[in-house]
Amino acid sequence: MRAAIITFPGSNCDYDCYKAVTDVLGEDAYFVWHREESVGDCDLVILPGGFSYGDYLRAGAIARFSPIMQDVQRFAVEGGYVLGVCNGFQVLCEAGMLPGALIRNRSLQFQGERVWIRVENTDTPFTSHYRAGQLLHLHIAHGQGNYVADPETIERLEAERRVIFRYVDEHGDATDAGNANGSMNNIAGIIDERGNVLGLMPHPERSVEALLGSTDGLPIFTSLAKRLALAEGPA
Amino acid sequence: MTTHRAGGLDHSMTAEAPQPRAGDPAITPALVSEHGLSEDEYALIRAALGRDPTYTELGVFSALWSEHCGYKNSKPLLRQLPTQAPWVLQGPGENAGVIDIGDGFAIAFKIESHNHPSAVEPYEGAATGVGGILRDVFTMGARPIATLDSLRFGSLSRPRVRYLFGGVVKGIGDYGNAVGIPNIGGEVYFDDAYEGNPLVNAMAIGLMRREELIRAEASGVGNPIMAVGARTGRDGIHGATFASEELTEESEARRPQVQVGDPFTEKLLLEASLELIRSGHIVGIQDMGAAGLASSSSEMAARAGTGVDIDTSLMPVREPNMTPYEILLSESQERMLVVAKAGHENEVKRILEKWELEAAVIGHVTDDGMYRVRENGVVVCEIPGEPLVNECPTYVREAREADEVIRLREWMPAGLDTSHTTAHPGRVLLRLLGSPNIASKRWVYNQYDTTVRTNTVVPPGGGAGVLRIRGTRRGIAATVDCNGRYVYLNPRRGAMIAVAEAARNIVCTGARPRAITNNLNFGNPLKPEVYHQLREAVLGMGEACAAFETPVTGGNVSLYNENPGGAIYPTPVVGMIGVLEDIEHHLTSPFRQAGDAIVLLGRNTDELGGSEYLKVVHGLVAGDAPAVDLEAERRLQELVLSLNAAGRLHSAHDCAEGGLAVCLAECAMTGESMLGIDVELTDELDTAALLFGEAQGRIVVSCAAEQVEAVIAAAAGLNVPATLLGTVGAEEGAFRIRTRSAAIDLPVASLREVHASAIPRLMERAAAE
Repeated sequence: MRAAIITFPGSNCDYDCYKAVTDVLGEDAYFVWHREESVGDCDLVILPGGFSYGDYLRAGAIARFSPIMQDVQRFAVEGGYVLGVCNGFQVLCEAGMLPGALIRNRSLQFQGERVWIRVENTDTPFTSHYRAGQLLHLHIAHGQGNYVADPETIERLEAERRVIFRYVDEHGDATDAGNANGSMNNIAGIIDERGNVLGLMPHPERSVEALLGSTDGLPIFTSLAKRLALAEGPA
Repeated sequence: MTTHRAGGLDHSMTAEAPQPRAGDPAITPALVSEHGLSEDEYALIRAALGRDPTYTELGVFSALWSEHCGYKNSKPLLRQLPTQAPWVLQGPGENAGVIDIGDGFAIAFKIESHNHPSAVEPYEGAATGVGGILRDVFTMGARPIATLDSLRFGSLSRPRVRYLFGGVVKGIGDYGNAVGIPNIGGEVYFDDAYEGNPLVNAMAIGLMRREELIRAEASGVGNPIMAVGARTGRDGIHGATFASEELTEESEARRPQVQVGDPFTEKLLLEASLELIRSGHIVGIQDMGAAGLASSSSEMAARAGTGVDIDTSLMPVREPNMTPYEILLSESQERMLVVAKAGHENEVKRILEKWELEAAVIGHVTDDGMYRVRENGVVVCEIPGEPLVNECPTYVREAREADEVIRLREWMPAGLDTSHTTAHPGRVLLRLLGSPNIASKRWVYNQYDTTVRTNTVVPPGGGAGVLRIRGTRRGIAATVDCNGRYVYLNPRRGAMIAVAEAARNIVCTGARPRAITNNLNFGNPLKPEVYHQLREAVLGMGEACAAFETPVTGGNVSLYNENPGGAIYPTPVVGMIGVLEDIEHHLTSPFRQAGDAIVLLGRNTDELGGSEYLKVVHGLVAGDAPAVDLEAERRLQELVLSLNAAGRLHSAHDCAEGGLAVCLAECAMTGESMLGIDVELTDELDTAALLFGEAQGRIVVSCAAEQVEAVIAAAAGLNVPATLLGTVGAEEGAFRIRTRSAAIDLPVASLREVHASAIPRLMERAAAE
């Protein structure tokens, strides 16, 4: 696997994603500055968390105009895998690569904490190493992660099993109390129609080493690595 | 004012001695006084110049000779602090202290206050405090890897205090979160003593390879001086002087002196600065922080023994018609002063452009030792650098302890009616757990990103925070501590306790204490009782630092923390760094396993003075601060470190505010799973003191039952009292403590509920109002 990690001015989880892919997974990764026009020779693009352009307009609203985003769109249209984490998810929504939008948390505060997430669909290239319904303890760190979309979109996402992760309580139920930020239908992560662009608010790259308290985020990366290795066939 | 020259003190002047600038006000005694300078100080300035200063020069002197930059009331005291150890690579006097942590790595760290700006504009005041301390660390060549914060406010029952508290926390969070630096710990106390004058102390920690250390020096005659980063505006002019006077009813009018922060620019400046330092194109770099361009340019020259010649008309500004006075003293944020290598200007500019920032050459390094400033080529300021930077007059003030404090210290617990506590110790415990000083600070640190950069091994919520150092087996632990009430009652002891508590928090993670940074928050030093506090606290801090081999590598002095109600509690905050040899063997505070033994290291006493119990239950701030035995503390630290190295411990937690009962409650309820306890205390002490007294030198550890004998034997070997208190109980079990005359028996969940909800409830009530 070879991952291109897009760095916008204000990205601050780019290095964490890089370390997760290289140190922990032992795969290749490199950084792509937002002014570049090509994502390069990769089979995964990661849009990392952070505060691209300071998030001064709306989170992700300016990053989508970055020169590199045109090539990210091309890459996705051609079937390349794109993973957007936190601010990266916001950028994907702003760029129209995923439906809906992320607005201020119901608490009206930035929330940095570990929350429970349920895996809703393991039938994707990003989640095949999870068990159906598996509960994950993942970090969130955002002020604008409250997912909203019009009723038709929500209905379609649910019908097509494109809600991949949901906020739940400690018992695994998608209750209001377990809804970390007020997202519609407790949505924490969704995938696009073709199944190759995933956006989620929690940070899987922060939960890939036991020393840091949890490895619940690791299967996203191993699922992708496995899928890509299969696609390449035996060397 | 007379204009005759002071004979014999005339430093050599150039032919270009600056003339008054058109439009500048005339220098009058009133103007000198407005600049915070005394008549004597003004006479020294005239002697240094050999003439009257221009308005620009007066402004520069006023900033450099303020308490904030010149340490005029604290320097003679600070000299008494220990600052050396083999692992100290950089002591006080630089942007930040630096220590060697082994394996070729070094840690830069420093704490700084932003008290007065936060008192009038909490959000921006706190945010820019974080920005400034981050810059102090990355200008040493270190990448910031963590922040901590030490905060003090009045009572949360007041709407104004809730506004300040909420604004400060949001300001710290929004800035640090956006730059992407995890917050790994802190402390918050609420007390009427801080009403109107909150304390906002921010600490930053940076990591570098040893060889990447760079100093803030303007060396190399002819080298270009460049302004880098954000443009200069009129915000924050005379912030350093503002920080060096008392808050009054009129301080609200100082709001325009509070700077405005932009974490997005900071993040770009951080990346650009580190790239610049690694590039080899520069020789020195310093934040334009307090007193802006004036202090950064003159201090860099003084450190190198050079002079500078700069032209303010070359400075990138964001407002037209700014005067040299304004440009020199602006505290606009996110700016750096860089001394480049001659001929490398364009390389510097190219690196800044990549990060979408500006760089402009504004002058050059000279060999005449003069601090010379021009406007469009015309000299407007020409001051010999040495007196400006290094000869700020210092004062040893009159010191006299307040009679009131002497009386308070004589209070003894003997006359206190504690029968209610003996009858209902469980109720008292719940009250204490719900006191904002003891209650969970989750409401605060949940607004901070604590795990970005993926190095956080122990996040906020226990004692010290712990980070791993990538590429090594090592880790570091960091904490900030100070109980101002103890320092108020007994300044020397209180400051010792601040160091001792910090060290206990560090060893409870398995790390060895290595060095401290300090933030001395005090009132007006011209008041003898305040100067007494300052002097005694510095002495106490120095004694403890010497005993623990934790030298002071730098810090900040914040005086004049007063408001119309009087001085704050003297609050010498200690920020301590410790090093773990093996991060896999770090310790945490919560109990981990049912059936484990609970052992107290240290001795219970009958002390109640200065305790949270006295304040909350009896409404008293009285008695002496708890006794502290530095030799015993040192043995206790060694014991915990050796027990952990031998793999004998499952948890360790310092006994602090709220005493043994609160310590045990924290161990029981703050883990991933809440565990009950079954404890019996056989000491023949009054129940209140035994459960809630704040005797120092105590750490509660847990270990497997079969380790108890070895733990107690090791303690005996180091002459540390050790007592088996009982066992860890079942998940969601009962929290049971029995003494000779009283008993607590509560579901551990009820403790957690009170502890967790106290601050959110107070703040939600505020939101509903």
